[in-house]
Amino acid sequence: MKVLSKEEALASPHSTGGPNETFVLNLGPQHPATHGVLRVKLTMDGEFITNAEPVCGYIHRMHEKMGENRTYSQFLPNTSRLDYLSAMQYTHAWVGLVEKACKIEVPQRAEYVRVITSELNRIASHLVGWGAWVMDLGGFTPILYAFDDREKILDLLEHICGARLTFCYYRFGGLVNDVDDVFVQGTKDFIPYMRDRMKTYKKLVTENIILRKRIEGIGPVSQEMCLRYGACGPVLRGSGFKSDVRINEPYSAYKDFDYEIPVYHEGDSMARYLVRMDEIEQSLRIIEQALAKLPEGPFINPKVPRSIKLPAGDYTYATEAARGRFMIRVVSDGKDVPYRVKLRTPCLSNLSLFEEASKGMLLADALAFMGSLDLVIPDIDR
Amino acid sequence: MKNIFRDVFGGAWSLVTGMRITLDQFLKNFRKDRNVPYPHAVLPIPDRYRGHIVFTEDDTGKSLCIACKSCEKACPSECIFVDGEKKEGEKKKSVTQFDLDFTKCSLCGACVEVCPTDALRFSKRYNLASTDKVIYAKMDLIKDLQKRQERNKQ
Amino acid sequence: MSAIWNFLCQPDVLAVERLLAFLVGIAAFVGVNAAYLVWVERKTAAYVQRRPGPMEVGPQGLLQPIADAVKLMSKQVLVPPGTDALLFRIAPVLIMTPAIMCFTALPYAPGIVPANINVGLLTFFAFGSINVMALMLGGWASRNKYAVISSARVVSQNVAYEIPMLLTIVTVIMMTGTMNLSEIVGQQAGAIWHWNIFQLHRNLLMPVTFLIFYICMLAETNRAPFDMAEAESELVAGAFTEYAGMGFGVFFMAEYANIVVGCSLATILFLGGWQVPFLAIPASWGPWAGALIGLTAFFAKLYALIFTVIWIRWTFPRTQFYGLLNLSWKILIPVSLLTLLLSSVLIKLPHLF
Repeated sequence: MKVLSKEEALASPHSTGGPNETFVLNLGPQHPATHGVLRVKLTMDGEFITNAEPVCGYIHRMHEKMGENRTYSQFLPNTSRLDYLSAMQYTHAWVGLVEKACKIEVPQRAEYVRVITSELNRIASHLVGWGAWVMDLGGFTPILYAFDDREKILDLLEHICGARLTFCYYRFGGLVNDVDDVFVQGTKDFIPYMRDRMKTYKKLVTENIILRKRIEGIGPVSQEMCLRYGACGPVLRGSGFKSDVRINEPYSAYKDFDYEIPVYHEGDSMARYLVRMDEIEQSLRIIEQALAKLPEGPFINPKVPRSIKLPAGDYTYATEAARGRFMIRVVSDGKDVPYRVKLRTPCLSNLSLFEEASKGMLLADALAFMGSLDLVIPDIDR
Repeated sequence: MKNIFRDVFGGAWSLVTGMRITLDQFLKNFRKDRNVPYPHAVLPIPDRYRGHIVFTEDDTGKSLCIACKSCEKACPSECIFVDGEKKEGEKKKSVTQFDLDFTKCSLCGACVEVCPTDALRFSKRYNLASTDKVIYAKMDLIKDLQKRQERNKQ
Repeated sequence: MSAIWNFLCQPDVLAVERLLAFLVGIAAFVGVNAAYLVWVERKTAAYVQRRPGPMEVGPQGLLQPIADAVKLMSKQVLVPPGTDALLFRIAPVLIMTPAIMCFTALPYAPGIVPANINVGLLTFFAFGSINVMALMLGGWASRNKYAVISSARVVSQNVAYEIPMLLTIVTVIMMTGTMNLSEIVGQQAGAIWHWNIFQLHRNLLMPVTFLIFYICMLAETNRAPFDMAEAESELVAGAFTEYAGMGFGVFFMAEYANIVVGCSLATILFLGGWQVPFLAIPASWGPWAGALIGLTAFFAKLYALIFTVIWIRWTFPRTQFYGLLNLSWKILIPVSLLTLLLSSVLIKLPHLF
């Protein structure tokens, strides 16, 4: 009995319903998984996907239009609502852009605290992405462990800025208020605790044979395909291309620290997963170094004008968010309200891989693949 | 052949390790302090917590607001409405109406920062639920200040 | 009064009373188990996940299953239009009945056996196959694309895992020489190394046989990590999509009843059933002492195994469908054939010399 290849099986008259008989399945806007409101129109031949068409726009809230009607400091809350899991990093891009354009100097202490809080936010975001993905695959326990650890991070951040998800902690020229000893000590205690938990998660999840069989070899994405679609972040680094805004276009105080960028070359879901796990460890390294070297001084530049007007021109600023390269571009005509705000979000580019990569995949594998892209839908639709 | 053995035995061992970890967590959960049983017990709220804004008061118990409308201009969501009048014999205006539309507020803190007299601060209220939308669509901060002062006098 | 008592003590009437007592007892056992295993599952899941679980309804949430049962009973039992009415209604009945029937052949304690069938072991497998058919009927009669896909997957999974299960049972039968469950338990009397799982001189790989039986039991009852049928969070609810209210409740109860049946079979065949090692009950303790002690031992072992089933569910993610079938056909069947061969060689070896 001859063993057929996948193409032959799909083309043979014994496949479900005969060749060219496909049905359309709607992976509807409401997922049982935690991605958000994304609709994917799948054309399926039995169990295999022949075509996938993501339909986004269910949570379009017109942030770019809002940018044209709000002053620069009024737009700050909007930046937190784009990718709510890595809100600090998105706010960082906005304040960084205005500071670069108006040549506002930021005190060293504020830069260091910005790095610490951004990296804490990156850890929290990766924990959610990891936990939700394992829950999609059927393991209901790791997400609760991940949220327990995330509670500690959110308690620390709530202590300094009062909010747990949509922090509006940075201002032009520094921070809203200073960090105190409770925060510094709490973060110092958190680092060894988190390293211990990562060892536990490695034994519980990463080395688990059932999970490994489920995600090894799923959704192989080549480097060339990533570059063609503009994918970034852990997706790109999981395919072997070393690209990170923190080393390509260094911003804030990242030059002062010693850390690595994890890169894996296999390009499958396991590689992306390992990139995220390693990034948590590297973030802990950065936080450790920043806390040790935290300088004294003011936390905000006192000479920042109350009403900010950017000189006319075209400005961009990019940061490395948890999901990839987030860039803002502002075109200003000298008024106190921008002429145009463009938000380039990483999740839209990452999602565009899905259409080509999912051809010929089984449905369960396609969902594992989508989870490994770590999408947050409000980020796609803005 | 060796690969198959390593796969099967290594895989089986990873399953046992996983089960040991969950059993460990199971047994640790019998402690008394495993979590805070809300609503029977409540967690302490941090100092800088952002509840909805309320008036701060001066020594005589009046609000410090001078109805300059800086907060109304600074708010990104247009949820503050302030009105004031200059009373006889006073240098600055005093506030007669301060309405906050909390259904639009994003708790960004622009109003608190921008106020020249520090008349606004965050409260620590998080238990906000009601069957009536008007309570939160038109929050009267002056009345709230009066209620707090009456409670303090008692 | 004494005339009625005399009537009730006649032997044929006693037989009928015994039968009635067992029927009521088994129905109660199954009902209470189905309800309170839900409580155990939810509490275990919560404790593994570092939270308290149901706490509000009754002390420690003990009345939660009653609240769930009332909720399920108060829902409308819909029969969607266009479905095959007879099959749709029969499927829940068909899945519950074999599970309850299997309880009659189990020896719970010395002397407490509802029906001492000589081919007791065979009845389990006869009824187990009806289980598969009921799931398929439920999926087919729902007239729902996803239910049919899901029930097709369940059928192939169950058929694939019945084979290693039967091979391990044949190994045990070869060792014990009988299919009568009370006799199998009786053979494991005495010390702890008399239990079948430790009989390494008759079969070197006996613990492996137990492990294979346990894995097959997990797959037969559609429990995680093999729960492709019920936890289809990928699409919809699977084979039970169209069932509402108590129809779904019956499927749910049947799943827990199947787990109890599978685990009791495992304790009887491998762990010594109601035997307590190194215990000899003197006659001065009365006729009921032996039964009570045996019953306690049986339930202790049974619930230890059920706890392990629940513990496994909340630890591991789901296997892929092809991984599941690969495990059965490529790994479990060769290994169980190997243990069968080994067992037959070791049993016949003394006779050659």
